[in-house]
Amino acid sequence: MIPAAFKYVKASSVAEALVLMQQHGEDAKLIAGGHSLLPAMKLRLSQPSVLIDIAGVADLKGIANKGNQLVIGAGETYHAIATSAVVKQACGVMASTCGDIGDIQVRNAGTIGGSLAHADPAADLTAVFLALGGSVTAQSASGSRAIGADALFVSMLTTALDAGEIITAINVPVLQRGQGAAYAKLKHPASRYAIVGVAAMVSMSGGSVTSARVAVTGAGPQAERQAACEAALVGSNGDATAVKAAADKAGTSMDYLGDIHASEDYRRAMVKVYAARALSAAIAQARA
Amino acid sequence: MTAEATKPMIGRAIKRREDPKLITGHGNFLDDVKLTGMAHAAVLRSPYAHARIRSIDTSKAAALPGVIAVYVGKDMMDVNPLPCAWPAGGFKNNLNTPRALAVDVVRYVGDGVAVVVAEDRYIARDAIDLIDVDYEPLAVVVDPEKATHPGAPQLHENAPNNVVVEWSAGNRDGTNAAVASAPVVVKERIVNQRLMPTPMETRGSIARYESSTNEFTLWTSSQAPHVHRLLLTAFIFGIPETKLRVIAPNVGGGFGQKIFVYPDMVFCMWAARKLGRPIKYVEDRSENFKASSHGRDHVTDVEIAGTRDGKITGLRIKTYAGLGAYLSTIAPGVATTLYGRIVTGVYKIPNVHIDVIATYTNTAMVDAYRGAGRPEASYLIERMVDRFAAELGMDPTEVRRRNFIPPTEFPYDNGLGLLPYDSGNYAPALDKALATINYTQLRAEQAALRAQGRYLGIGISSYVEICGVAPTAWANGQGWGAGLWESANVRIHLTGQVVVTTGSLPHGQGVETTFAQIVADELGVPYENVLIEHSDTAGTPFGYGTYGSRSLAVGGTAMVKSARKIKEKVKRLAAHLLEANPADIEFADGKAFVKGSPDKAKTLGEIALYASVGASMPNGEEPFLDETTYYDPPNCTFPFGTHISIVEVFPETGAVEVKRYVAVDDVGNIINPLIVHGQLHGGIAQGMAQALYENAVYDDNGQLISGTLMDYAVPNAAMLPDYEISHTVTPSPVNPLGVKGAGEAGTIGSAQCIMNAVIDALSPFGVRHMQMPATPEKIWQITHK
Repeated sequence: MIPAAFKYVKASSVAEALVLMQQHGEDAKLIAGGHSLLPAMKLRLSQPSVLIDIAGVADLKGIANKGNQLVIGAGETYHAIATSAVVKQACGVMASTCGDIGDIQVRNAGTIGGSLAHADPAADLTAVFLALGGSVTAQSASGSRAIGADALFVSMLTTALDAGEIITAINVPVLQRGQGAAYAKLKHPASRYAIVGVAAMVSMSGGSVTSARVAVTGAGPQAERQAACEAALVGSNGDATAVKAAADKAGTSMDYLGDIHASEDYRRAMVKVYAARALSAAIAQARA
Repeated sequence: MTAEATKPMIGRAIKRREDPKLITGHGNFLDDVKLTGMAHAAVLRSPYAHARIRSIDTSKAAALPGVIAVYVGKDMMDVNPLPCAWPAGGFKNNLNTPRALAVDVVRYVGDGVAVVVAEDRYIARDAIDLIDVDYEPLAVVVDPEKATHPGAPQLHENAPNNVVVEWSAGNRDGTNAAVASAPVVVKERIVNQRLMPTPMETRGSIARYESSTNEFTLWTSSQAPHVHRLLLTAFIFGIPETKLRVIAPNVGGGFGQKIFVYPDMVFCMWAARKLGRPIKYVEDRSENFKASSHGRDHVTDVEIAGTRDGKITGLRIKTYAGLGAYLSTIAPGVATTLYGRIVTGVYKIPNVHIDVIATYTNTAMVDAYRGAGRPEASYLIERMVDRFAAELGMDPTEVRRRNFIPPTEFPYDNGLGLLPYDSGNYAPALDKALATINYTQLRAEQAALRAQGRYLGIGISSYVEICGVAPTAWANGQGWGAGLWESANVRIHLTGQVVVTTGSLPHGQGVETTFAQIVADELGVPYENVLIEHSDTAGTPFGYGTYGSRSLAVGGTAMVKSARKIKEKVKRLAAHLLEANPADIEFADGKAFVKGSPDKAKTLGEIALYASVGASMPNGEEPFLDETTYYDPPNCTFPFGTHISIVEVFPETGAVEVKRYVAVDDVGNIINPLIVHGQLHGGIAQGMAQALYENAVYDDNGQLISGTLMDYAVPNAAMLPDYEISHTVTPSPVNPLGVKGAGEAGTIGSAQCIMNAVIDALSPFGVRHMQMPATPEKIWQITHK
């Protein structure tokens, strides 16, 4: 568990990081918390020749409620998000999800930008981000652009980010009256990653569900929206029967992974169970 | 030293004296040791579970700048293979132990093939990737039973059907007759899965060689420094024992894994001598999982026979025990004596017979892991007693009661070749545990909840185990190749400070504190004035180390005996100074005085000063207060207890919640309740981990699927319940402290306690047995059949 040799450079700003990325090209990797990258390097599954450390970059910090949007700097740690009064008030599911990632050490170092850019199939935030319908701000030498949640995750461990881009901020909606969002997770007993994680966001009006976004992580090769589940819920009154009917449609058309802890069959069943839990919690919040 | 009476230390829950250093980062663990000129070793380990090595090309690795040397197994043929110190009875003449590195054939994933020595650890690791090995893959077997099947791959030419040991105990004919004639017979296949001990600190070695004197020094994370010295010199290197000093720095947990000799000790010493430089090798977690010892790995067919009124009349067992690709230091004895001789547990069973077939498989070596044989035994009998009770429709507590060895029958011979159980009284521990959980009411609650579709389970485990295995003569009869006594030297210096040296040592369990408590009380000196020195073969008397819950019962007793010898000498010297007859001198509270005249006393401090100066010793007495004891106990000790757990199983997901865990443990007299509780907490956690989480899995190709902490589920605190621990106290008559041992009891009592509860919860689904670990998916499969 000794990584291959690499060079280490520390960026002090996003601009400097972008220059360093151009200088070092494809051999370079950005590192913030390092909780996904370093284990892979120690097993020599990943052997970047240069690490560009962006953990201390001030431009990547900051949490702000902009009215409709909650903007979180990509370099904010899970711990900072979990304990932020602004996040708790604006979009509680982000705080509660971050507060249940890994352990204290992981939460003190791991960052939201790192998690979304890595796109681990069992990460928690990928599903929450999808369900919230957020976007990331991606900056490159030639400017910045927004990438919507539905476009960000391309395949296992692969995102729509270009080689020269850094995620600088994560934008998620500030939940309004009549909206609710929740995340329910079956933890892997060894890694505490999600064996199955389901995130849901619902909007309700006049006693019925007007919109729903549901995403699953952990069970398959990438975090995915659950269109059939969402469609089944919209227009319903969101009661237990409606939740059950919608949850049963979750996970019906996705690929699954299996391991010694949970087979594909078990994950398929648990997607429905945890979809129901996430939906119930989101609806209860929307009604509150 | 003051003469004031000290408060008794025995029985006090004082904090561990080891901890301030260890928990503030000031400890000195193996990897903290850095020597001038030290070079670093890395090992190329086989990616195949079984393969012939056609060729090895080390030239590219050797050419990497910073690489000092690259060695393969054939370079090290001038030293012997590692010894096996416990070839148990029934042992076939096919002792296959590892060499420093594999030669010609690799037999498990992780088997060492080459070692690189380099200027730093990074270069050493880089060089590993530059070694080319041409392997010819061979067929693989990982299952201990399948290894014996006709046509199974053969690991060693001298071991037909891969059998190492065919061992049996008990009464075969009587048992066959009892099973054949019993009104009720329940048969089950019970798997005790392979586990990985996972000490927080991994293993390793640092070796230094002094060419001018031909002397080695070896630092290694060890539970038995003197044994390592003996085995490495007399058996492996063929050099005088005095040419090696072994030092165990602070040891970050062992759970048995650090008792044994390992190839890294050998190649570090070998290379240090060859190169004239200190060599350091510290395994990483992946290597610890792949190549250091594992535990358990039993597959057992068992029948329990009895009457309709709940009397057990027979127990017939056949166990296949996987020992891995080679024999580890004491592996054969763990699978036989430490398991097979205690399979009747706390019950009086008139007819019992057990066969153990221990086998080679293409897996890491299996050896003693916390409990070592006794967890497998208590799991087996406690599962089968529950199984028997379920078959009869009888309450499991009632079946236990009807079969407990009565307190009047101690010392008790269980008919399996142990010395008699020393003392025991099993019903009070059960009663206390039942009262704690309010059993009758709990069963009613369980029934009420079931009616609502909720599944509560109550698990009971009444266990007994073997600690402080002894005497040596008996152990030798079991094939154990050495002693099982322990040493302690106690001396009192001029200033009255007490120094104790011992062959035993702490390895994370806190025994340094416990030792100081008992010596302080025995001599009537302040606890702070007692220094315990250990873990270095230079400066401590030969001893066998720390394992098998023996440190206090055996090592602690040696200290008590040395302290008592010192008191005798103190009395003789006091008699001289007080001009009295030695027979009239009493010793109490650190003072010697003429009976009836305690005000005219000589304090221990005064006597120590007098004896240390030694200017006017009477009657040929030697100066100084210094006594040594080599204590070989007359018997093992047999701690026992009852654990009860309450779980809820959630059919929708298969999740298990442990709602309560009650343990009533009888470990004899308790010296430090805080340390005993700490040991029980950790022990229970490890048994619970086996029941619910941990599973070392090899696939059919011999790849270790659970090879990282991302896959091997060691529970964290949030996955474990609070423990409600209490005691009954039945002092052991074996030793003067009346102690039995507490290091392994928690583990031995707990796995079946949880499994019995889970299976009880699932009984409405028709479940009578399931294999560990009881994962959510397994339970979900049952609830969704």
